[in-house]
Amino acid sequence: MIVIVDYNVGNVKSVCNAFRYIGCDVTLSSESMLIESASGLVLPGVAAFGYAVSALGSLAEVVRDVANSGKPLLGICVGYQMLFDQSSEHGLHKGLGLISGSVVPIPPGRVIPHMGWNCVQLPKEMDLFAGLSEEKHFYFAHSFYAEVTDSQAKVAFTDYGFALAASVQKQNIYGVQFHPEKSSKAGLKLLENFYQICQRQTKKC
Amino acid sequence: MLTKRIIPCLDVKDNRVVKGVKFLNLRDAGDPVELGARYSDEGADELVFLDITATIRSRETIVELVEKVAENVFIPFTVGGGIQTIQQIDTLLRSGADKVSVNTAAVQDSELITEAAERFGSQCVVLAVDARRSQTKTGRWQVCVKAGSEPTDIDVVEWAVKAEELGAGEILLTSMDADGTKAGYDNELNKAIGDAVSIPVIASGGAGKLEHLYDAIVDGKVDAVLMASITHFGNYTIKQIKEYLAGRGIPVNL
Repeated sequence: MIVIVDYNVGNVKSVCNAFRYIGCDVTLSSESMLIESASGLVLPGVAAFGYAVSALGSLAEVVRDVANSGKPLLGICVGYQMLFDQSSEHGLHKGLGLISGSVVPIPPGRVIPHMGWNCVQLPKEMDLFAGLSEEKHFYFAHSFYAEVTDSQAKVAFTDYGFALAASVQKQNIYGVQFHPEKSSKAGLKLLENFYQICQRQTKKC
Repeated sequence: MLTKRIIPCLDVKDNRVVKGVKFLNLRDAGDPVELGARYSDEGADELVFLDITATIRSRETIVELVEKVAENVFIPFTVGGGIQTIQQIDTLLRSGADKVSVNTAAVQDSELITEAAERFGSQCVVLAVDARRSQTKTGRWQVCVKAGSEPTDIDVVEWAVKAEELGAGEILLTSMDADGTKAGYDNELNKAIGDAVSIPVIASGGAGKLEHLYDAIVDGKVDAVLMASITHFGNYTIKQIKEYLAGRGIPVNL
């Protein structure tokens, strides 16, 4: 069972709807016992980074433990940004530190927020993109982005006047800056891939 | 590079999608759940849902309807109409909306924009502006509130600039003069706002032909085009619209 971590930020319902649409039974929860027993976790998020981190509160430790135990974790948007060490959105805030890197403002000289459909180059070796073509459009809505410094992380990029990290994978930890639950058919396929990753992981255990 | 967005808009009254001309003479255009699912499946880039009754009594039923529409919509979903408080925004976002649009309440108390942006992020906060050409000042537009029924003294360009400073992430700009006329968007208005702000502008009101969409993007310089009549009543599919624009060199997500 996949658990979507409910920590009182926007848009969790959309993520649940998308998983249910593809036939994956998800549970929305803030109970640490349920989160610990999940086959995979989704950390969603539409919020400012600082608000999200403080709203996650003590669940941060639970999420980190589950990720470190090898279970698949998917961070979406701010949930993705929280995988990194820190963010400078409205002051300096610490993230979960699961992937090395910092979340910083998109440099000026373009429309900010980066909002809309942008084309992501999909590296074959990233599991989330299995069965998708070499590039696909996904829906983005953000003003900060992650500068990934982790040498163990695979990164997929989109072009926004510079190469902007759109997705990362570090072993069992996955993250997408865009919103798969809002990226139409390509996004639903990505969530299906995550679902299958979780199922494969469960069988292994 | 971002693609230009094609956004169908559901004006909802008494649980039905309606469409009028210049905000009047409403005509039934179908079931919002069905239409929402159709647009999401057809490849629309976003969906906007406006509760045009927006009375206190309609609020609760709207939340239920938003939940139902959202169950089958896997593209960004903006909900607006009568939103006045942070609590209402929170409820809508938890019901499946991805963004909210604020209009009258933001004019009455612009702090709402800032509070919403700080709590939910700017990308969540769309400022909807109903603009009417000023009768007294040429080349200017005035902000109208309460579903367009009440003109104010506020200048649309000045209001857009202020809203951006306050934290709005997008501007949904409706020309009341063009709405439902199918005679084309007011691109003078679109360009005036687009030149004044750096956040995305969505043109609304007046789409009747495919070239109107092209003109809004090229002459009006908008990031997205909103439409209702031309897609609701089956004149064009989303795919036809996108193929047309792609054929004329506009980047779209086909």
